[in-house]
Amino acid sequence: MTENSERRVVSVIVVNEASVLSRITDLFSGRGYNITSLTVAPIPDSKYSRLTIVTSGSVRVIEQITKQLHKLIPVLKVYEHADLVEKEMALVKFPITENISDINAICEAYNGKIVNVGNDVIITMVADEPKRIDHYLEAIKRYNPKEIVRSGAVALER
Amino acid sequence: MQISGAQMVIEALIAEGVDTVFGYPGGAIMNVYDEIYKQDGFQHILTRHEQAAVHAAEGYSKASGKVGVAMITSGPGFTNAVTGLADAYMDSIPLVVISGQVPMSLIGTDAFQEIDAVGISRPCTKHNYLVTDAADLARVLKEAFYIAASGRPGPVHVDIPKDVTAQIAEFDYSKPVEIETYKPNIVGNPRQIKKAIEAIANSKRPLFYLGGGIINSNAAYEVRELVKKTGIPAVETFMARGTLAHDDELLISMLGMHGSYAANMAMSETDMVIALGARFDDRVTGKLSEFAKNAGVIHVDIDPASISKLVNADYPIVGDVKNVVAQMLEKCSEINPDNYESWRETINNFDELHPLTFHEDTDRLKPQWVVKRVGELLGDSANISTDVGQHQMWAAQFYPFSRPRQWVSSGGLGTMGFGFPAAIGVKAAVPEKISINFTGDGSILMNIQELMTAVEKKLPVINIILNNNYLGMVRQWQTLFYDKRHSETDLSVQPDFVKVSEAFGGIGYRVTTKEEFDIALKESVAKNVVSIIDVVVERLENVMPMVPAGGSLFNMMLLEKKEK
Repeated sequence: MTENSERRVVSVIVVNEASVLSRITDLFSGRGYNITSLTVAPIPDSKYSRLTIVTSGSVRVIEQITKQLHKLIPVLKVYEHADLVEKEMALVKFPITENISDINAICEAYNGKIVNVGNDVIITMVADEPKRIDHYLEAIKRYNPKEIVRSGAVALER
Repeated sequence: MQISGAQMVIEALIAEGVDTVFGYPGGAIMNVYDEIYKQDGFQHILTRHEQAAVHAAEGYSKASGKVGVAMITSGPGFTNAVTGLADAYMDSIPLVVISGQVPMSLIGTDAFQEIDAVGISRPCTKHNYLVTDAADLARVLKEAFYIAASGRPGPVHVDIPKDVTAQIAEFDYSKPVEIETYKPNIVGNPRQIKKAIEAIANSKRPLFYLGGGIINSNAAYEVRELVKKTGIPAVETFMARGTLAHDDELLISMLGMHGSYAANMAMSETDMVIALGARFDDRVTGKLSEFAKNAGVIHVDIDPASISKLVNADYPIVGDVKNVVAQMLEKCSEINPDNYESWRETINNFDELHPLTFHEDTDRLKPQWVVKRVGELLGDSANISTDVGQHQMWAAQFYPFSRPRQWVSSGGLGTMGFGFPAAIGVKAAVPEKISINFTGDGSILMNIQELMTAVEKKLPVINIILNNNYLGMVRQWQTLFYDKRHSETDLSVQPDFVKVSEAFGGIGYRVTTKEEFDIALKESVAKNVVSIIDVVVERLENVMPMVPAGGSLFNMMLLEKKEK
């Protein structure tokens, strides 16, 4: 039986303590699970941090991932999202010689804008669903982007 | 109370009721050893290798049901202990292993005997701690014991830098453990249990699949009652040996790669698998897609991640198997044992067709005979440890186990060198029983130095080497699957094991006949000093029957039939 691999977003609430991130990433590498992206930041006014992990695998693998994450002692909760709002940010550096008004118009279409203008380059920021970020990065290719950085996805259940 | 970190370690161990610590001192753990010197709350057993310290703690834990404790120094002391941690992790053995670490100011500087111990132990422990402040020690050690023993048990590693063991801080061990993120579910869901009981009552060929979790949760006697009341036949995993007594009519045998034909056929023919504390290991299931193909699956396990990991559970029940079996016992009057009479008969027929046996058809002793003979002579009066390989499988197949915790072997990790130190731990835990270590001529050399520990601490382990001058299990695979190319498995060059034992202050026998064996065993029991009985056995005997790796349980290689 071949099982279809699908993309899933898993959020993990962990105690904010030393080496907790290694426990999570070791689990993924040790058991052969994929990490497409991973973001982590402290939850305000608490002793916890929240990780958002984009992963992929069959239904059985995803179930194992959530169970194995839950087994780790400092893990408080694991959410495997079904209905979620998901956003990702991308920063892109362009030569200032490119058509800035075109770039700006495209950025606006993807919830973004120019956030920095220097002597040689401009930097744009967009924030949108990860799939839309893919489209955006495709669209700006012709303006010779110098550097691209993606934040990885963050998500909340609706 | 203001005391040093090192004193805290001693106080915590005493508060936990620890009576035996296995260990090996070194630079970074010296402050703690200085306090061990001053105390008399527990005994310290100095092994002659850190790996052996952890295996001894495992043996101690398996035989006693208590948390095993080992202590080691930083760097190589710790890395030597890693095999023990991994072994305990795979077999869910509760341990607290305390290691010294270089002082905090030196961490990260590649200091002498520095290694990232918690980084290494992370994937082979249930949890680990690097203690950076002595004020945390009481909490950390209390949590360590709690985490090791609760839920699915496992080893917990606590790494303590040398300056932390010297630091003076407040110590209060009375605070209860409160870990918000760790609350194992121990009671089974009553509705799920009701459904499972109904499913069993409606099945025609149910089968208990008993796993090592039963031993860990001290549930064997409840399980014996459940099996008896329901009249449902049972197979045991390698780890569950001793759950049912060997003469229990409903015990088929061990299943899996070297399980009996009847056990594996029962698993292939059943329509309802009742898995209690078992994890569907690949050595048990063979080819997954053919495993219990037409059966529903009830899976009771304390670890939710074990359920539906490999085989989908139709009736998942998360809980401590002791509680769940007690809950099942209340409801099991719905199950009529008479319904399974023809099923039991079918299984008996399987067993008559291909019984678990061996042929005494060579001049040399058969290794299986040795195991059987020890069973006849010592039976319940011995605890049985083993190393890893052919002798281990023969011990599991042919020893007449009569009680839980009688059987101590490295199942998951399959660690050669486990048996001798484990048997030392077993003897320390249960001195009134004889401690046997079945071993091979390969395995025994992996921790032979423990003769010194056994002599010094007067722990008279009896090592029975089933000596075929081969690394037997690998040789068997080479014979069967590598066209008899016996690559690097011929162990013809060997020490004189009798002299080795004598050199350390033990006793030794080289045995080639049944009569000699009986004498050697009787003398070893009587003399009460560590012993090696080097038994010359048939060289090319294979462990049979056998499911080749990845094969289906019902497709076994069988022992050739012989005319009587």
